[in-house]
Amino acid sequence: MTSIPSDRAEPGVYEVRDVTRIFGHGDRRVEGVAGVSLTVHSGERYGVVGESGSGKSTLIRMLAALDRPSSGRIEFQGRSIGELPDARLGFLRSAVQLVFQDPRSSLNPRMKVADIVTEPLRSRLLRGRTDVPTDRSRRLAEVLDAVGLPASAARRYPHEFSGGQRQRIAIARALAPNPQVLIADEPVSALDVSVRAQVLNLLNDLVRDAQLTLIFVSHDLTVVRHICDTVAVMQAGRIVESGPTAQVYARPQADYTRRLLASIPTLPS
Amino acid sequence: MSTTALTGAPLLAVRDLSVAFDRGRRRVLHQVSFDIAPGQRLGLIGESGSGKSLTALAVMGLLPDSAEVTGSVRWRGAELLGQGERALARLRGSELAMIFQEPMTALDPTMKVGRQVAEVRRLHRSAEPGRVRPLVLAMLSSVGLPDPVRIADSFPHQLSGGQRQRVVTAMALVNSPDLLICDEPTTALDVTVQARVLALIDQALTREQAACLFISHDLAVVAQVCSNVLVMLDGRVVDGGPVDRLFRAPEHPYTAGLVATARLDLVEPGSRLPVIGDFYASGAAGPQ
Repeated sequence: MTSIPSDRAEPGVYEVRDVTRIFGHGDRRVEGVAGVSLTVHSGERYGVVGESGSGKSTLIRMLAALDRPSSGRIEFQGRSIGELPDARLGFLRSAVQLVFQDPRSSLNPRMKVADIVTEPLRSRLLRGRTDVPTDRSRRLAEVLDAVGLPASAARRYPHEFSGGQRQRIAIARALAPNPQVLIADEPVSALDVSVRAQVLNLLNDLVRDAQLTLIFVSHDLTVVRHICDTVAVMQAGRIVESGPTAQVYARPQADYTRRLLASIPTLPS
Repeated sequence: MSTTALTGAPLLAVRDLSVAFDRGRRRVLHQVSFDIAPGQRLGLIGESGSGKSLTALAVMGLLPDSAEVTGSVRWRGAELLGQGERALARLRGSELAMIFQEPMTALDPTMKVGRQVAEVRRLHRSAEPGRVRPLVLAMLSSVGLPDPVRIADSFPHQLSGGQRQRVVTAMALVNSPDLLICDEPTTALDVTVQARVLALIDQALTREQAACLFISHDLAVVAQVCSNVLVMLDGRVVDGGPVDRLFRAPEHPYTAGLVATARLDLVEPGSRLPVIGDFYASGAAGPQ
C-alpha cells in the first residue's frame, strides 16, 4: 500500500470545507452533515466509517453532486461543484462513478448487462467528452474482462447472476467511462463473507491497476482497514477522527472510535 | 452428527430432516440431524442459501404447505412433524420462541408494542388480571430499554431498529422459553447496537437457563453466543463441533475457507484476501 503524506501541499482531488447539510426545518430540522472538512488526494484510498444516521451517505451523495450542501464548499479538481447546475456537471459525471450496496436495486432488471454497463457511455452529459471511451462494444468487453465476467454475460439479465456477480456488473458499469474516482457505498455489505473477499480483492486490483482514487464508505472498520490508507470516522454528521487507517485502528483517539472498535465481534484466536 | 454436550435427554432432537419443494423435485434440505440439550447453545453457520433458515422454519413448523418435510423433529421426546397447527401454536411463543432478522415482520405496525408483548404472554398463560403490565415493563427494562413506560406506549415505527429488536427479544422471552431460535437477530443492526443486543441475548439465555439455536452468517457473532456450531453447505450439515476447536483449527476444508475469509484482521492490509476456493473446490466454478 502506498502511504500518502497528509501534509503535502498540492490540492486534493476533493477539497471539502465546512460542509453542512440540513434536512427539514423548525422542530424537524436535522443536520445530516455538520461542518465537515476533508481532503482526498489523487490515488488515495479514503475510507468513511460510521453507523446508520452518521451522515456518511449524505456526505458522499454531495461529493457526487447527487445532493447539494446547505452551506460550505466542495471543490472537485479545483472547481466548486456545490452550486453548479446538472447540465454543467459533465466533467464530474464522467470522472466520478459510484457503486452502491445492493446491486439488486441499482441494476435495472429489464436491461441486458451490455446495456447496463454501457449506459454511462450513452449518457447525454458524458457523450462527446474526450475522456470517455467512444467504442462502446470494445469498452464493454474490456470492463467485463476487468471484473472477471465472461463476454457472454453481456447478453444476459441481472437476475441470472448471483449477488457477487451482480456487484461485478455494477463495478463494470462504474469503470466504463474511465473514471478517475470511484465512490463505493457499502459495496460488500450485502454479500456473503466468501464473496465479500472476492469483491474486495477485485476492487483492490482495479484501483491499483487503473490508478483510481477510491472513496469507500462502510460501517465495517475491518473492511476499511483492509482497503483504505486513510479513514474518517463519522458520528452524528461530524467527523470525530481521521488519519492513516493503521494509526486510527491501532491507536484510536476519539471515544466513539474506541467504542466502535470494541464492538466488533471477534473470533477466538 | 450429534452435538449433545450436556448429559440428559435432548430438548430438541432432529433426525434426517429433509425438505423438498415442487412435489419432491427440488430438494433443499438433506438429512439434517442434531440435538440440543437443555441450556445448550448451538450455532448454525453457512452462506446464504445453505439451508440455515430453512432448518429453523422446519423445526418450528413454519414452512408453507407446499414444502415436503420428512425425517423427525422431537421436542422433549414428542414428534412435532405432522402435528396440527393448533398443537404447534401452543408450543411456539411459550416453550419455543424465535427472533428474526427484521423485527418489523414480527411486530404489528398498528398496535403499541407493550400490548403486543402482553398479548404473547396472555395467549399462553391463563388470565393474570392486572399483572401483565408490570411484567411487560419489567421485561422491556430487562432487555435494556431505558424508559419502558414510554417504549410500551409507542408504536413500532416510533422506535429505532435496535429498540425494535429489543422489543422482539422481550416478546420472545416473556414466557421463559426453553429454546430460543435466533435467525440473524443482529444482522440489520449497527455494530455498537449489535454488541448490546448480543450481550442482552447472552444474559437472558443465562438468566432463563434457556437453550438456543443461533443462526448467523457471521462466525464471530456465533462465537460470542454459542458453545457448539454446525456448518451448513448446500442444504447439508458438513461439519460441526465445539466453537473453539472449529474456529481455531478447522479440519473440514469448507470450514477452513469460511474461517479464513472471516479473519480479515489476520490479513496484511491491501494484500489479497483468502477466498473459500483456496480451501474448498465447490461445484460451481468461476467467480461468484
